[in-house]
Amino acid sequence: MRQPGSLRRRSGRLLLYGLALILSAWVLFPLFLIAFTALSPRPAVYAWPKTLVPDTFSLDTLVFFLNSHGVLSATLNSIGVALITLVLSLVIGAPAGYALARFVFPGRETFKVLILTTRAFPIVILSIPLAVTFIQWNLYDTLIAVALVHTALALPFAILVTGSIFVSVPKELEEAALTLGCNRLQAFVRVALPLALPGLAAAAIFTFVLSWNEVFAATILTLRNRTLPAHVLTVLNESPLPFRFAGGFFMIAPALVFIFVIRRYLLNLWGRVVK
Amino acid sequence: MNRRLGRLGPYLLLLPSILFLVVFFAWPMAEALVLAVQSPEGVFTLEYVQRMAGDVAFRDALRNTLVLILVIVPLQVVLALGMALLVQAGLRGSGLFLYAWTIPLGISDLAAGIVWLTIFTERGYLNSFLHNLGLIQKPILLLSYENPQGLFAAVVVAEVWRATAIVMVILVAGLQLIPREYLEAAEVFGAGLWQRVRYVMLPLLRPSLQVALILRTILAFQVFAVVVALAGRTLPVLAGEAYYWYGTYRNTNVAAAYAVLILLLSILNTGLYLRALRTRAEELAL
Repeated sequence: MRQPGSLRRRSGRLLLYGLALILSAWVLFPLFLIAFTALSPRPAVYAWPKTLVPDTFSLDTLVFFLNSHGVLSATLNSIGVALITLVLSLVIGAPAGYALARFVFPGRETFKVLILTTRAFPIVILSIPLAVTFIQWNLYDTLIAVALVHTALALPFAILVTGSIFVSVPKELEEAALTLGCNRLQAFVRVALPLALPGLAAAAIFTFVLSWNEVFAATILTLRNRTLPAHVLTVLNESPLPFRFAGGFFMIAPALVFIFVIRRYLLNLWGRVVK
Repeated sequence: MNRRLGRLGPYLLLLPSILFLVVFFAWPMAEALVLAVQSPEGVFTLEYVQRMAGDVAFRDALRNTLVLILVIVPLQVVLALGMALLVQAGLRGSGLFLYAWTIPLGISDLAAGIVWLTIFTERGYLNSFLHNLGLIQKPILLLSYENPQGLFAAVVVAEVWRATAIVMVILVAGLQLIPREYLEAAEVFGAGLWQRVRYVMLPLLRPSLQVALILRTILAFQVFAVVVALAGRTLPVLAGEAYYWYGTYRNTNVAAAYAVLILLLSILNTGLYLRALRTRAEELAL
């Protein structure tokens, strides 16, 4: 009587593992393919039929991409924009997150709902009207202009995530610091900030990746000072295949490292955002 | 003095965010509308909207964007739900699976398009695979002007591959909020796996599902770089047309008309979801 049941249970388990493996292959396999393509010599990119794993590995294709006109400066621009975005969203967002976490005040809920609602709008599309404004402000085609739109994109996220990070830092510790003679700012800098640092770092990395990956606004708002995705997008359809594949791989690689670093936080970040 | 500062404190902390969002969120929205319906002389005009609607690519762009959403979003929800339930099933190594499935969170739409280009391109992996199976002799053109279904399918595959992760992460987080006791109670009363999913998990997951649906659909209305990478302009979409009107035709007003259209469709869509799933805005933690 028990035997068939446990057998069914075990085969059910096996089925679940099978499904999980198939889904993992679905996600990971294309990543191996682009890595193989980008890391094979240029003639192999055009080879027919392709072998799954290339016969020779070479940095030839990647070097060709990196030496292409504009790629290096675009990469530096991307890093610059992402860093400005990161700093702006945390400097502007973290105080609001702290306020939401520590104070009860009239309008708190309204502010929260307002912040949440902004996420129901296609923010990057707003780069079109903003382009007109930036031309008037002499900011068009600058890293700052792109970073400002990326900050608008990242800010609601930054506020809510930093808020939940500060909630998880016990209020009592800060209050103890206050009774021991710190003022509010000192209590924050010396007690709350160090405890919140890992979470804040994860949020910062996430913001960086968000900016590094953004294509539409960066393309609209730049002309000569392209970010990497903007540069790749604008030359894409006139570029040879090795350029495109190496470019794709080159954009993915750092993001993968960052996602790996903050993997423990990803779910918490989103989980808390939902809560 | 200090007490007054204490009362003002939170507002001072909120002020930078509010100012920033007014200047870079609320104002550009109004500006988009102005650009779309006002002539350079400052008179109300429907000229730009008519030019947008009269353009050859407009109907295709609108249709493609909507059909892409209708195909992609349900696929993603089903797939993400499956993933989330698998994570929750307590398999050994589920942490590893979860990590693998969240990887696409770090991949841009442009890069995702390029990844699938290595597979679908003429001498790509798919054709090579079919050749090795002996099904084809010569590469077949999957991504070409004459094969709109192929282009459409490639975009669907790339988008499902890239953007299911965000739905999954929201659903996993939502599932973890469901108290274990509920599921145990259901099991004690004899509910099978399917019944537990259908009558306990799904209803309790509704807020998360709603958030995931709204966020994902908003993002899908902006679908752009994946399409450029795989189909160029052969498969027009709304955000792509906005980009071409701005960049290639240098007509900011028509581009703004597209922006307003995308904005209105997004708002309409959020409203529909809220109505359909009957949740108050306050419950909604996007």
